[in-house]
Amino acid sequence: MLLNQFLLFAAVLFSIGVYGVLVRKNGVLILMSIELILNSVNINLVAFGAYNGDVGGQVFALFVIAVAAAEVGVGLAIVLLIYRNRRSIDVAEANLLKG
Amino acid sequence: MFAAEAAETALPWLYQNVWLIPALPAASFLLILFFGKRLPYKGAEIGLTAVGAAFVLAMLTTFTWIGDIQGAEGAEAPAGEHGETTDDHEGEGGSGAEEDEDEHGLADTVLSVDGESVASVSLTAATTAEGEEGGDSHGEARGAAKIATLDWFSIGAKTFRIGTLLDGQAVMLLFVVTIVSGLVHIYSTDYVNGDRRYTHYFAFLSLFTAAMLFMVLASSTLQLIVGWELVGVCSFALIGHWWEEKPNSDAALKAFLTNRVGDIGLLIGMITLYFGAGQTFDILTINEKAVNGEIDKLLLTVSAVSLMGAVMSKSGQFVLHTWLPDAMAGPTPVSALIHAATMVVAGVYLIGRLYPVFFIGLEIPGSNLNLMALIGGVTTVGAGLLAFVQRDIKKVLAYSTVSQLGYMVLALGVGAYTAGMFHLFTHAFFKACLFLGAGSVSHAVHHSFDMKSDMGGLRKYMPTTFWTFIIGSAALAGIPPLAGFWSKDEILAGAGVWPGTGGNGTYYIPFIFGIITAALTAAYMTRTVWLTFFGEYRGHGEPHESGKRITVPLIILAGMASVVGFLNMPGPFVDALGLPSGLAHRFEDWVEPAGQPNFPPQGFTHAAPSLTLAIFASGLALAAGYLVLRYYQGLYAKDPKASEYTDGLRSKNRMAAAGYRVLEQKYYLDVLYTDIIVARVKGPIARAAYWFNQNILDGIVNLAATFSVGMGRFIYWIVDQGMVDGSINASGRSASASGQFLRRIQTGQIRQYATLMFGAAAVLVAVFIVAV
Repeated sequence: MLLNQFLLFAAVLFSIGVYGVLVRKNGVLILMSIELILNSVNINLVAFGAYNGDVGGQVFALFVIAVAAAEVGVGLAIVLLIYRNRRSIDVAEANLLKG
Repeated sequence: MFAAEAAETALPWLYQNVWLIPALPAASFLLILFFGKRLPYKGAEIGLTAVGAAFVLAMLTTFTWIGDIQGAEGAEAPAGEHGETTDDHEGEGGSGAEEDEDEHGLADTVLSVDGESVASVSLTAATTAEGEEGGDSHGEARGAAKIATLDWFSIGAKTFRIGTLLDGQAVMLLFVVTIVSGLVHIYSTDYVNGDRRYTHYFAFLSLFTAAMLFMVLASSTLQLIVGWELVGVCSFALIGHWWEEKPNSDAALKAFLTNRVGDIGLLIGMITLYFGAGQTFDILTINEKAVNGEIDKLLLTVSAVSLMGAVMSKSGQFVLHTWLPDAMAGPTPVSALIHAATMVVAGVYLIGRLYPVFFIGLEIPGSNLNLMALIGGVTTVGAGLLAFVQRDIKKVLAYSTVSQLGYMVLALGVGAYTAGMFHLFTHAFFKACLFLGAGSVSHAVHHSFDMKSDMGGLRKYMPTTFWTFIIGSAALAGIPPLAGFWSKDEILAGAGVWPGTGGNGTYYIPFIFGIITAALTAAYMTRTVWLTFFGEYRGHGEPHESGKRITVPLIILAGMASVVGFLNMPGPFVDALGLPSGLAHRFEDWVEPAGQPNFPPQGFTHAAPSLTLAIFASGLALAAGYLVLRYYQGLYAKDPKASEYTDGLRSKNRMAAAGYRVLEQKYYLDVLYTDIIVARVKGPIARAAYWFNQNILDGIVNLAATFSVGMGRFIYWIVDQGMVDGSINASGRSASASGQFLRRIQTGQIRQYATLMFGAAAVLVAVFIVAV
């Protein structure tokens, strides 16, 4: 069974996602990075499900995809609103919560 | 011997519930105080009802008691030797063998109330030698005290009990107090009628009656003190009944303060006795221990002397008697009830209650004289002399009371217990009669008590009062066959000096005092009667006889004064008249707890009566009375309106004048107390108190003030401003500072937050891996 390969792949994808979230200033790119992270989790779920002969993993993956779609919908709406207000989607400039 | 069997089953209801007798007047006191003023008779009806009911109960108790004793005597008839020198009471006689058995027999019977072991009745026979001259030994057990008690309070492991102790002496006083109190109540409804504190007066009469009965029934010395003090308070309140006039409130204060002097003695004595008798307040136990010599002799003497101080103040014995004549400031019925018949005998009663303590404790070592007899003797003569110079009829009677109380103490001092108690009994009746008579007289002559200026010749106007007064006076003077004769004769016989009387040894000094007093009494009573009822009326207005509510009690009391003496006729007299021998010395059998383990002392004997002594004493009294009568008849012949000779002995003889002045000044005792002791002492004490006040008390007060101001400052600046406000400000500041510090973390940079989040997650994962 090729579990380790899937897990390594998912870990790489996860790390790229985290890197994107931490480094990118563009709001859309951050959302995309979050998608990467979620998909790495999906790979893990499907891989473990296949490994254990359980369809539960695939079911959870489907739920995660659905939730991710909704999340991206909300996230893109927020980004759109930030752009309308500030003419920029640079998250470094959106620091109104600064104490 | 088996008399107690009847009582063994259970105490009769009356004995158990004898507490009702004091409870009734006590309840009446409260009822009168709360509701008296709203009632049609202003509270008098409550007092009368309560005292009446108490009297009925007391009567029933008395009859039950007498019945028990008579029954006991019937059952064990042959016990002891009732006979005096001459015969042996054939009627009661039994075989010699039985007699012997009784003499050494011993049967302990335990009476019980509510399952409590109550009193052990020791039927110990008197151990007196039969052959003793005139000895009258009673072998039978009679008059065992009936006790009903319950727990009062506990201190640590010690439990104190409250209850009633009923014995012959208590029964006798129950009867006397309730009957005199009842008659005084009736009398008072007329005498103080219309008084502004009528209700208050009756309330205190009730309280007084309750307190006296409570004291009479006390089973422990602690209870006795309570009753004693209550009686004193009532006396104070009633003497000062008309307190608006200064002399009255002064007299009340004097009575109270003089009594306080004695009360200190009472407290010290009782406490000493408590420890001396092995930490007990129980009267019977104390007595028993005193009889058996289980109390340390020194402690016993100390407590007896202290208690004697109490007796001297309450029963007006010499040097502390001065309050009693002044107490006449109170309403006359009060004088009759409190200062003649009941309260003042509290002291004598106390002696009787703790007779072994007094008798053994007050023996003067190295002589056969008892301190009690000495005090009583001095009192009886001293007060008898003072009675001669009084103008105020009530003061004559007051000094006469002091004198008669001295007689009782004298009797107790020479070991004539029964004689003393009997005199107490008879004296209550004739003295109450005399006092109420004096009140009736004063009622008639517009509230004056001055015999010399406002009385005289009253026999024509008020015959009932006159005759009752005559009977009372004759009884007091000891004219046979009235009550005083029997009791006085018994006391004189008890001194044991007269040939053939025997008694407890020979007491010459008390006997001489007693004889002198017998003559004095007759003399001053003749003077009083003459000044009041004979000669011409010297007052103003037209005197009139008093109403029924005054005369009826007088008649009853005069009747009692005539007959109660027959209760204790000596044996030979009864035999001489051919009366049934069962009539002899009834009072003695009923009252004296002879043969009880708590009655003193071993080898106690009764004096035998002596006909010659009786004739001598009453002859002396008659002669003294006759002399005074001649003196006043001579005066009357000169001037019908005169009350004293203008050219009498006093104006001719310097010695007589000086003597008169000493008497008039009451031996200068009041001068000694007020002008010397008080005056000498009060100045320095006042100055010392002032200095103490200025320098020490004020110093303490100022110091305290300064200290509190300092404390206030300290608290304001340090505690309030510094600590309280400081801590609150500090907490505010620290919150502010921490906020200032923490706000730097809040950058608003999402990526920084994400970095922190992921970093933290990484750390957690690392911890998780390492830990698991």
